[in-house]
Amino acid sequence: MAKFFAVTIIVIAILSAIPILRHTWVAPEDISTHGALIDEQMSETMAEAGISFLAAQFVLAIFIWKFSNPGPDAKLKNFPGGAKGLVIAAILVVGVEVMALGIFGVKAWANVYLTPPSADALPIQVQAGQFAYYFRYAGADGKFGATHPEMINEGTQNIFGLDPEHDVDARDDIIAAEMAIPVNKEVHLLMHTKDVGHSFYVRELRVQQDFVPGLDVSLHFTATKVGKYEIVCTQLCGLGHYNMKAYLEVMSQPDFDNWLKQQAGQ
Amino acid sequence: MHDMSVHAGQHHAPPTSFIRKHVFSLDHKVIGKQYYALALVAAFIGMFLSWLMRIHLAWNNAAIPGLQLLSKTGAPGGVMTPEYYLQLMTMHGTIMVFFVLTTAPFAAFGNYFLPIQVGAEDMPFPRFNMMSFWVTFTAFLVLMSSFFLGDGPTLGGWTQYAPLNAVGSVAGPGQGLGVVLWMASIALFCVGQLLGSLNFITTTLDLRVKGLSLMRLPLSAWAWFITSCMGLTAFAVLMPACILAILDHVAGTSFFVASNLVINDQIQPHSGGSTLLWQHLFWFFGHPEVYIAIVPGMGIVSHVLLANMRKQMLSQRTLIYSMGALALLSYMVYGHHMFVSGMNPYSSLAFSFPTLVITIPSTIVVLIWTFSLYGSRLRINSASLFALGFISMFVSGGVSGFFLAQPSIDIMLHATYFVVGHFHLVMGVAAMFGIFAGTYFWFPKMTGRMMNETLGKAHFWLSFVGAYCIFMPFHYLGMAGNVRRYASFVDDYLQPLIPVHRFITVAALCTGAAQLIFLYNLIHSRFRGEAAADNPWEATSLEWSTATPPPFDNFGGKHPVVYHDPYQYGVQSSVGDYVMQASPEQVKSDNEEK
Repeated sequence: MAKFFAVTIIVIAILSAIPILRHTWVAPEDISTHGALIDEQMSETMAEAGISFLAAQFVLAIFIWKFSNPGPDAKLKNFPGGAKGLVIAAILVVGVEVMALGIFGVKAWANVYLTPPSADALPIQVQAGQFAYYFRYAGADGKFGATHPEMINEGTQNIFGLDPEHDVDARDDIIAAEMAIPVNKEVHLLMHTKDVGHSFYVRELRVQQDFVPGLDVSLHFTATKVGKYEIVCTQLCGLGHYNMKAYLEVMSQPDFDNWLKQQAGQ
Repeated sequence: MHDMSVHAGQHHAPPTSFIRKHVFSLDHKVIGKQYYALALVAAFIGMFLSWLMRIHLAWNNAAIPGLQLLSKTGAPGGVMTPEYYLQLMTMHGTIMVFFVLTTAPFAAFGNYFLPIQVGAEDMPFPRFNMMSFWVTFTAFLVLMSSFFLGDGPTLGGWTQYAPLNAVGSVAGPGQGLGVVLWMASIALFCVGQLLGSLNFITTTLDLRVKGLSLMRLPLSAWAWFITSCMGLTAFAVLMPACILAILDHVAGTSFFVASNLVINDQIQPHSGGSTLLWQHLFWFFGHPEVYIAIVPGMGIVSHVLLANMRKQMLSQRTLIYSMGALALLSYMVYGHHMFVSGMNPYSSLAFSFPTLVITIPSTIVVLIWTFSLYGSRLRINSASLFALGFISMFVSGGVSGFFLAQPSIDIMLHATYFVVGHFHLVMGVAAMFGIFAGTYFWFPKMTGRMMNETLGKAHFWLSFVGAYCIFMPFHYLGMAGNVRRYASFVDDYLQPLIPVHRFITVAALCTGAAQLIFLYNLIHSRFRGEAAADNPWEATSLEWSTATPPPFDNFGGKHPVVYHDPYQYGVQSSVGDYVMQASPEQVKSDNEEK
C-alpha cells in the first residue's frame, strides 16, 4: 500500500503539472504596456513554485516508498546533515529565491501603482453601482462637472448626479455605459462607487482595482491592441454581482474621436 | 512546571446527574467530544451546501429536487436564484472556517488531550470551559437561525466586507437581520474561543506535572498552546469589529459606512465611516485564523507521524520554533488580502515581504517532516496515511502562496478561483486531513474502541485523490481569470471554462460521498468497534499512560511524573522500541530533552 501511495503522489504531481506546462488554461493575451512584466513575474514564480512542488512531492513519495514497513532487520538512521542542513537550505535556497522574486516584482507593481499618470493621459471617470458601470468623459472643455450624490437619479438618467443647470463644466460631460479608449494612449481612470464596494478587472489589460466607497481611487494604463474586452466586477457587491460587467472597446484614435462625437450627440 | 498535587484549582467533583455528566459538563473530555460533535454536524452541513453550490455552478438552470423545501424564494421550483447561491456560499464559508476548521483541530482535540498530555486532571477554569462550548454552540444556532428568515441569511461572503455588511436590507436580501445574526453569531463564537484560549494557555503554563518542562511537551500540545496565543489576540479583534457592525445596523452609527452612499437613488443615512477599516480589522483576525486552523493540524500530524515513524523528528525544537514563527508572522502579513483594495500601494509592498518570509518557516516544517521519514520504520495505517496526505496537501496549497504574496501577480489572481484553490488546499483540505489523522489516531483513547482500518483506508484514498481532482483545477481556472463568487458564468470569456467546473462538481460529489464512509466508520466503531488496548499504537506521550478511555480525573487519582521527552522512539526498553514519558526506566538515547 505504501508503494502504491508513493506512486499515486508522483502521478498526481505530474498530472497537476501537465496543464501548466502545456499552457492549457492561461490568461488571455496581454494588451497593455505594463503587462509584460507581470506575465514575466508570473512565469518566474511558476517555475520556482513548480520546481518546489515537484521536488517536495517526489521526495515525500520516495521516502514513503523506501522507508515504510521495512523488515525486522532495518536499522533506524537519520538524514545526513540533520535539521541544521535543512534549515540552512530552506533559508538559502527557498528564502532567498522567494525574496528575490519579491524584489524583482516591485517593478511590475510600481508600473501600475507607484508611478503617476502622465500629464496628457486621457481622464475617464468610472462610476460603479449595483450592478453596472458608467463612464464619464470630460467633453470639449476638458473639465468634469461636480457630482452631487443627492441628485443621482437613475429614473431621470442622472447617473452621476450632475447639475448642468448651474454647473457649466457638467454641460458637455459625456456619459456612456461602455468604455471606449484610443489605442496606445495612456488612460487615467478616476474610480468612484456610488453605493457598495465593486472592482474593475480587465484580464487582458492586467489591471484589477477595487472601488472604495467614500474614496476616489486612481488607476492608469495604456492599451496596445484594438479590440473589445470585458470589464468585470470581482468584489462581491450583491445578488447581481455575477452579472456586473461592461465592455471596453480599444479603438484607433480617429475611431475614438468619432465615437466620442456620437456619444456627445446622444 | 509544577507538581499537580499542589494545584487543586482544576479539581471538581465527578458529576452524578445525566445533565451534568453529558450536557453541561465541566469535564474537559466531554467538552472536547461536544466540540467534535458540533464540528462533525457543521462539516456535513457545510459540505452539503458546497454540493448544492457546485451543482448550480456546473448546471446553472438545473432544478435540484427538494431544494425548494429549503427556501421557496431562494429556489423556486428547485432552481437556485443568484442571491440564494451567494447566501449558501456565505454560510458554507462561515460554517467551515469557524465551526469546523477552528473547532475540530483546536477546540475539540485540544480540549480532550491538552490536559491529559500535560498530566492535569482538568483545565484550570472548568466553568469557563463549559461556557466556551455552550457559547460556541449558541453561536452556531444563531447562525443557522438565519436560514429561517424571510429573506434568508446574509449573502456578503464569509469576509462580510463593508459597507455591504452595514447598510441594511436595502443592499440586498439577507443584508438586514441576516447580517445582524451573522455578526452576533461570530461575536459569540469569539467569546467562546477567547474563553477556550485562556484555558489552553493556563493549562499549558500552570498545570504541567513534575518533570514536564516546556520542551518535553508533545508537539500537539505545543501546537495548541501556540494556537491559543493566536486565538486570544485574533478573536479579541474580530469580536469588537462585529459589535461595531451590529451598531451600524441597529444604533445608527457609521463605523464602516462612508458618507453620501446612494442605493436605490436614496442617500444612505450614514456619514464619516471607513469601509477599509472593516477590512483591516477583519484580516487582522483573518490571517492568523488561517494558522489557527492549520497549526493544530501541524501538531497533530507531527504527533501521529512520530508514533508511526518509530523515531524522533530531526529536530523537535526547530518544529516548535517554526510554528511559533508562523504565528508571529501571521500578524504582519494580513495586508496581502488587500493588495488591490485601495489601501496605500506602498503598504502592499510592506505586507508582501513578511508574506514571502513566511515561506521559510513553512518550508522548514515540511523539510523536517519529510526528511525525518528518511531511515524510519514507517507504519502505514489510516492515521499515518492522512498525516502523510496532510504534508502533500500543505505543499500543494503552500506553493500557490508564492504567487499571492506578490502584489504584482495578485493583480491578475486576486478574487479568482486561484485563491479558492489555494486556501481550500492549505487551510481546508490539509486541516481536514489533520482532523482525520487525529481522529483515527485518538479514537481508541476517546472511546475504548478501534476504528475499522479497511474503511479508514478507503476513506483516505477517495479523499486524497478526490481533493486533488477538486482543488487543483481551481488553480487553473484562476490562472485563466475565472472570478470567484459568481452565481453563474455569463461572461463570454467564462463559457469555455464550464467543462472544468463540471469535472470539479462530479469530483466534489464523489469526494463528499466518501465522507459518508468516515461517518459510518465513526458511528459503527463507536458501538461495534474492536475493543482498544490502553496503548494500541505503542506511543509514548501521557495520554497513552492512562486507561482507555481515561477515567474522570484522567489518571485515576495518580499523579504522573515525567522522565522523558515525548517521543523516545527507536530505543531499547523493556516494552519494545519506545519508552513512555511517564516511565522511570532509563534508556540509551541520542537526543533527550531535559
